[in-house]
Amino acid sequence: MMWRSITITGRGGSLFSRLPFPRELRLDMPLLSGVVLLVFFGLGVLYSSSGQDEALVLRQFIRFIVGLMAMLVLAHIRPERLHYLIPVIYVGCLLLLVGVLFIGDVAQGARRWLRVGPVGIQPSELAKLAVPLMVTYFVCAGSVPVRATRVAIAGLLIAVPVAMIMAQPDLGTSMLVAVAGAFVLFFAGMSRVLIALLGAIALAAMPLLWSMMHDYQRQRILTLLNPQDDPLGAGYHIIQSTIAIGSGGLYGKGWLNGTQSRLDFLPERSTDFIFAVISEEFGLLGVLLLLVIYFSVIGRGLFIAYHAQETFGRILAGALTLTFFCYVFVNIGMVSGILPVVGIPLPLISYGGTSMVTLMAGFGIMMSIHTHRRLLSA
Amino acid sequence: MSGHPSSGFGARRWFLILMTLACAGGLIGRAVDLQVNRHEFLKGEGNARHLRVATIPVRRGMLLDRNGEPLAATAPVQSVWINPQELDERGETPGWTAIEKMLSLSKGTIHDIALERGDRQFVYLRRHVEPSLAQEIDALGVLGVHLQREDRRYYPMGEAAAHVVGFTDIDNRGQEGIELAFDKVLSGESGKKRVIRDRLGRNVEDVESIHPAWPGRDLTLSIDRRIQAVAHRSLLEAVRRHDAKAGSAVVLNVHSGEVLAVVNQPSYNPNKRGDRSNHKLRNRAITDLFEPGSTVKPFTVAAALASGSVQPDTEVNTSPGFMRVGGYVIRDIRDFGVLDVTGIIRKSSNVGAAKLGLSLAPRDLWRGLDRMGLATSTGSGFPGEAYGTLPDFSTWGEARQVTLSYGYGLSVTLLQLARAYAIFGNGGLLPDLRFLKTQGVPPAPRVMDAAIADAICRMLEEVVQPGGTAVLAQVEGYRIGGKTGTIRKLEDGGYVDSHVALFAGLAPMSAPLLSVAVVIDEPSDGIYYGGRVAAPVFSEIVAESLRFLKIPPDVPDPASPKSPSGTMAGIEAAFDPLVVGSGYPNNENASR
Repeated sequence: MMWRSITITGRGGSLFSRLPFPRELRLDMPLLSGVVLLVFFGLGVLYSSSGQDEALVLRQFIRFIVGLMAMLVLAHIRPERLHYLIPVIYVGCLLLLVGVLFIGDVAQGARRWLRVGPVGIQPSELAKLAVPLMVTYFVCAGSVPVRATRVAIAGLLIAVPVAMIMAQPDLGTSMLVAVAGAFVLFFAGMSRVLIALLGAIALAAMPLLWSMMHDYQRQRILTLLNPQDDPLGAGYHIIQSTIAIGSGGLYGKGWLNGTQSRLDFLPERSTDFIFAVISEEFGLLGVLLLLVIYFSVIGRGLFIAYHAQETFGRILAGALTLTFFCYVFVNIGMVSGILPVVGIPLPLISYGGTSMVTLMAGFGIMMSIHTHRRLLSA
Repeated sequence: MSGHPSSGFGARRWFLILMTLACAGGLIGRAVDLQVNRHEFLKGEGNARHLRVATIPVRRGMLLDRNGEPLAATAPVQSVWINPQELDERGETPGWTAIEKMLSLSKGTIHDIALERGDRQFVYLRRHVEPSLAQEIDALGVLGVHLQREDRRYYPMGEAAAHVVGFTDIDNRGQEGIELAFDKVLSGESGKKRVIRDRLGRNVEDVESIHPAWPGRDLTLSIDRRIQAVAHRSLLEAVRRHDAKAGSAVVLNVHSGEVLAVVNQPSYNPNKRGDRSNHKLRNRAITDLFEPGSTVKPFTVAAALASGSVQPDTEVNTSPGFMRVGGYVIRDIRDFGVLDVTGIIRKSSNVGAAKLGLSLAPRDLWRGLDRMGLATSTGSGFPGEAYGTLPDFSTWGEARQVTLSYGYGLSVTLLQLARAYAIFGNGGLLPDLRFLKTQGVPPAPRVMDAAIADAICRMLEEVVQPGGTAVLAQVEGYRIGGKTGTIRKLEDGGYVDSHVALFAGLAPMSAPLLSVAVVIDEPSDGIYYGGRVAAPVFSEIVAESLRFLKIPPDVPDPASPKSPSGTMAGIEAAFDPLVVGSGYPNNENASR
């Protein structure tokens, strides 16, 4: 059915028609090239950070291929048809989250993984896509801008998965999921008064949140303020990553030459702290290049959102783009020591499958939004 | 149609773009701060974490006896250590239990360490584990448990050579004996190099050598393992037989000053770390001072001969067997009547020695005793070596001069005494003692005319003949000579009823090679004469040593020397007559 839709709606928009690739493929080239650049850059960094573990790089490459296929498929599903899938995805995600809480694998004191045959999936990563999808779907079912009552219901849709992710516990991801949902409401034209009000409530809830946090989570926040307090414990990650970044200097130590990472000082160097490896080996120039690619992807995302014809597409593309931006900002922020250490991977680069596939799927949806625009007059 | 952007979107778009740019600016600012402004500092911090100065370990040198047999050797062992920071307080319990069982530690030891010393990164679990056991532990592959190669010192002779060889502590630093004296040479110097180390402390790469390693040198000692062993055995038997408190024996080469054996009882096993109480550790032959008593008489005689006033056959009347000097009474065991100078030595006459001593100017007697090295270092450099005291002649009264003549009022170590006797054996030279094997004969100062030394040797030979005090010192097939001593012990300023039995002598007398001195402290089975207690030990040591050294017998007719009828007379005469209660001026009993 979906393949048929490719042939039926094989007419691109004016912008689309000017781009030099087959009409049948509903891919957005600027977005795709940014994504592919990031992934391949990431594979190169992984090869270095893993101690030249080719098997690991190959596994990550396979995930990229899987993600690419998810993107390809979703890019060819018309946004309207996606509507029917959204509640299913959302409920499925909730079920997986429940499953994690009961039969998830324990790693480092938290249940975050669900093992399905040979692959482990991380449902909280899935929620980063499922929640904005569902909230967008819900918001667009009513009138836009949203009214306060519907905001409340949407809040509930966000709060349920967020609470379950918090219970794993995974504070960082739960916050990011909450933010992803909030971006939807923001784009759906939630009133400024309401935004201000909710912001104030959130601020007021900080002490409550603090009291509900686990000791290690509080420690991470305290550590951010003064990492030297506990250089072997909670501050260890930050000190080591700061050293790695700083010792990279302007030009870096060169690929495969990062001592902090190669000598095993840098923890989580293939996953959450991979940015430190990039900084150490490629220096400030590498970092700037990386940021340029990231922000061009983000810019293209916002461009797609701006040019979307449907409210659904506009809201969703905007929210997904901003979520992606948050990923980048929070991860780099935490690795470079300006944000607390929360378990957020560097999107498209950190080693990890669910995140990779989910992100690619999200980009697929955005491409679909962009390439299924109807031709308007002139 | 819901197609067009709603009106709020424009403002929000700008808000979003500004926010995004601000965040991007923040990230770039931070990157610039770290990578440009703080680059040098952070680079140094990084180097400080992975550049380490590593030591290149060196092996401790072996200790060999003079024939190349090992006295101390080094063998590789493993030490098990743990890094509490790598231990997980919850997990790994089966592995921990297995290791605790293998090392016979109480259950939960590792858990306690993980809990209590969690801030440390290095805690020894057990040092010096047998390599095979260490392999088993390593094979378990328990997280946070590591092995470290170390060297362990083994002493093949055990307690027989414990005092002279000494021992090292668990870190292979010399603590006693030769191990301490030559610690620097033996341990060498470990090298230093700069290396790149990863977080787990593994060397990844050598950067540069800071200074090279100097391996420890093997040392060949002057000690003869065989003589050491026989001295140990003989001394141990004598100390046991006479239920003595302690004992020592020293064997020297009279020409080179090489120490061939030093033994003490009680001793200890240097291979066992528990077996080290202080009284066992004492190297008594070298550190303990005692009054040499009658063993000094040959030096008094030598001084008298040197003065020219007497000859070996000069007669001295010791009747009636006692003598008053300044209110004190000096006694012999019985009235020996008229004795020649040789007879004074043979019978160990106190009265005779006193008269010879008194016939000398105080200065001449002092010089005679002092030049024997009785109060100076032996030059051995052995750690903790003591040397005796000899009061200056200017402080002497008549009584002091008399008591010094027969060996009271001065103190020596056994090592010093053996060295002093070496002077008679080598024709009047005072050798420096040494614990390292020496090629040839190092020059030594002359302290006595060769003729006098020879004359004394003849007298010492008389002592072990029938009618002398030490028939039991005889060695079949060899001419030997020596002098007994039986000294009442001085405790808290008074002489008490316990004794020190002494014998010092030379062998073989045709061409003296060995000087041997034996002391038995507080024999308590009722027999305490030097001639009964110490002389047999001398005899055993000399007999075996001469055989080991392949010295041909120098008695033409081996049937002659032992005469059973003479033995009893010898034993009787062996009572070395410090006169009870009247001998020494400081003795409060005597002063009454």
